[in-house]
Amino acid sequence: MRVGVITFPGTLDDRDAARAVVAGGSEAVSLWHADADLKSVDAVVLPGGFSYGDYLRCGAISRFAPVMQLVIEAAGKGMPVLGICNGFQVLCESHLLPGALTRNSDLHFLCRDQEIEIVNNTTPWTTSYKAGEKIVIPLKNGEGSFQCDDKTLAELEGEGRIIARYVGQNPNGSRNLIAGITNARGNVVGLMPHPEHAINELTGPSAQGLGFFTSILNAMVK
Amino acid sequence: MALDTVLIAQSSPDNAQPFAELGLKPDEYARIKEILGRRPTSSELAMYSVMWSEHCSYKSSKVHLKQFGEKAPKSDALLVGIGENAGVVDVGQGYAVTFKIESHNHPSFIEPYQGAATGIGGIVRDILTMGARPIAVMDPLRFGPADAPDTRRVLPGIVAGVGGYGNCLGLPNIGGEVVFDETYIGNPLVNALCVGVMKHSDIKLAKAAGAGNLVVLYGAKTGGDGIGGVSVLASETFGAGGSTKRPSVQVGDPFVEKVLIECSLEIFAEDLVVGIQDLGGAGLSCATSELASGGSGGMKVALDKVPLRDPSLSPEEILMSESQERMCAIVEPSKIARFLEICKKWDVTVTVIGEVTDGNRLEITWNGEVIVNVPPRTVAHEGPVYNRPLAQPAYINQVNSQKVNVPMPSGASEIKAAVLKLAGAPNLADKSWVTAQYDKYVQGNTIQAQPDDSGMVRLDEKTHLGVAISTDANANWSYLNPYQGAKLALAEAARNIATAGARPLAVTNCLNFGSPEDPGVMWQFAESVRGLADGCLEMGLPVTGGNVSFYNQTGAVAILPTPVIGVLGVIQDVRKRTPMSFKTNGLELYLLGETQEDLAGSEWAFLHGQRVGQSPDADLAREMRLIELLLEGNAFFNAAHDLSQGGLSAGLTEMVLRYNVGATISLSNPAIDLLSETPGRVIVAVEANKVSQLQTLATKYSIAISKLGTTGGDSLAINDAVISLDELRTVHTSTFPRLFG
Repeated sequence: MRVGVITFPGTLDDRDAARAVVAGGSEAVSLWHADADLKSVDAVVLPGGFSYGDYLRCGAISRFAPVMQLVIEAAGKGMPVLGICNGFQVLCESHLLPGALTRNSDLHFLCRDQEIEIVNNTTPWTTSYKAGEKIVIPLKNGEGSFQCDDKTLAELEGEGRIIARYVGQNPNGSRNLIAGITNARGNVVGLMPHPEHAINELTGPSAQGLGFFTSILNAMVK
Repeated sequence: MALDTVLIAQSSPDNAQPFAELGLKPDEYARIKEILGRRPTSSELAMYSVMWSEHCSYKSSKVHLKQFGEKAPKSDALLVGIGENAGVVDVGQGYAVTFKIESHNHPSFIEPYQGAATGIGGIVRDILTMGARPIAVMDPLRFGPADAPDTRRVLPGIVAGVGGYGNCLGLPNIGGEVVFDETYIGNPLVNALCVGVMKHSDIKLAKAAGAGNLVVLYGAKTGGDGIGGVSVLASETFGAGGSTKRPSVQVGDPFVEKVLIECSLEIFAEDLVVGIQDLGGAGLSCATSELASGGSGGMKVALDKVPLRDPSLSPEEILMSESQERMCAIVEPSKIARFLEICKKWDVTVTVIGEVTDGNRLEITWNGEVIVNVPPRTVAHEGPVYNRPLAQPAYINQVNSQKVNVPMPSGASEIKAAVLKLAGAPNLADKSWVTAQYDKYVQGNTIQAQPDDSGMVRLDEKTHLGVAISTDANANWSYLNPYQGAKLALAEAARNIATAGARPLAVTNCLNFGSPEDPGVMWQFAESVRGLADGCLEMGLPVTGGNVSFYNQTGAVAILPTPVIGVLGVIQDVRKRTPMSFKTNGLELYLLGETQEDLAGSEWAFLHGQRVGQSPDADLAREMRLIELLLEGNAFFNAAHDLSQGGLSAGLTEMVLRYNVGATISLSNPAIDLLSETPGRVIVAVEANKVSQLQTLATKYSIAISKLGTTGGDSLAINDAVISLDELRTVHTSTFPRLFG
């Protein structure tokens, strides 16, 4: 299976995401922001970082990158897309996902090992987990507070589109402890914490993030 | 202001020039005239003033620093030594590692966020310039009293700046220090270390060789920020009522630097440069003169071609500007097309501004008129050298002759109170408030970071080769005895990487001191350098480079002598490192090394307002035996943790809280055992059936060993004093949030 990993100028976790894709059993394919070419990938990961320096708003410039036009199109046809951290922000700016990520409630960048609960295990990115399974993966961002209007929140809750929630104290002020969401179709997932940094206990707090990358392999093979 | 050219300078030898305002002394100005055989043009004056500043020329420190070369131990590991942008060491398997530490103290006091941010930016470019991919940063920081109002202004800004810049570059922050002392109140220290990795064949040097090769400026456009940063800020004592000097602080843009890193690495990978230099302190003045000196000396630059953010900048300002995120490369004409193409891919501004020439003069023109014509070595390397007067300050005998006189705890409740007092003391309290603002995970190779004894990163995913780094300074000891203090800091840094199982390999240093014009400060500096050079020779560790920061002084108050020592080591298999604490019950805890009554310079004495007595003497032969013991014991140790500030009390606190496993400790002389800071001690945890193996090792290396107790439970029990982990954690972790929000 070929999983594309996009590099925008300012992307930081692209090599990490590629490593996780490989650890999950798929082939990682580098995609360049300026190329209108998805290189026949089966799924796409938008990794973390500060694309375009987070200027204007996080993700606001990246959504106009040539490669994103193809991602938006492919996502509309059902291609699995995972946006992590800055990637989540790009997906919101691209209107592939609702809501927005705003400044953490305490106004500091926060890097810590964060417990989250996988709420929806039916997306192509979460099938390796049990519903309700709790995992610890790194959270690291300055603008991770998920916000949306009440109507959207009710929809997300009502349609089971919240895929992960923070456990314990709210780390950043996200509404309803939301750590990750999916679109109505369930193929596009945005997640604030970083599963690609938790693929082994040597370099991460756990190996519990690997499930996102084994899930996608399973989804493709089916 | 009319353009001042070489022609005009020749015809108007008596024009008055503002050399004093630019930080030059009358005799220095006279020497420039002698070198040139005429008065300098205003552009030349600008160049000499920044390059001959204390910060760039090391004019007060040079005579002392040469000991690092004279006393250098034989080392096969050193690939590039002192003098280049950063030293490079061989770590095996074809990998070379470059690392260096620098200060950005003065800008960070004036503008904490930007000062700290550009401190990270500058050291990262130094590492990049060697041809290496930067892979981690560390940041030893020092502030005034934790509860001082100005510390609340400075610390959050500096921490946010270190994080804001480093996080955006995608560099894991793997360690550092946060230390408080009243002498830093007007002069906080922001030291930044960066480490990078490359293959041996990829090493790049700052030299402009080959006539006809092009001088290429790439990266950010040049603006008016940071003009004279090295001469105005870093080379002068702050006056109490002086101007704020804010325009001399550079403003950073980490996004531009991140793109510059990736662009440069792609350029290096295709071998497109002959030489390269980053633009840091002294900007273009430094880059052009150093590149030209590194080659045969000839270079022509058309300064009007430099892309500007502010078109009104004068040539003098362009030469002095310290705008960030700029690099200068020497490129063969046949490779320039590809060079430009890669810059275009990354949207990096790039301009050919000149070429290497046959002669030995650096010639800079402005719209065709010659405004600089100098021998570049006189700018870059042949600046003034001062053998400044030095004298042992009066305080030394005074404090050395006194004895620490502080209350010592006795009985369970006092012991408990003492352990808790240290656990919550700002210098020893949990630093998560700081480190949580730094990304430690990015790049996916971080094996250890704060609060571990050292930072450790993996270099190779297949062979598991890694490097560990620690930075340390004990300024209290350096105050009491700067010679011993430097040696003790070196030993501590080396020990901190050996506890994990990494073998010390090379040393970098950031020497932070007061004004070199004060003979007492100069003596502290000379003694520190002598101690470090002697220590490195004895331990067989070469100094690969470093940085001197003088003038950390406000009025008559100098900072404590603060030589920050960084030691880098190599570990063959990061999977086999020894963690700093234990995760299971029932392990045996032993203390390696003897405990003497060493309260002078200790945290306990500091907390009682006493900085008197005599520092311990560094026993480096014993330290080296201890390191060998740790490296051999790595095979079976469950945990190993260095004891330093706060002694056994702080060491135990850190261990039990690391993985939330308690310990029961039995001490014969608890007050001294807990509070003394005798150097060269390590706590190790082993399985009960490995104790005899540990004892054999201790005998083999002649290291004293004593049993402390066993691991387990949900409290730290020391004789009759029992502290629940919850209580200990609350005290340890609440200090920073309480102070800084």
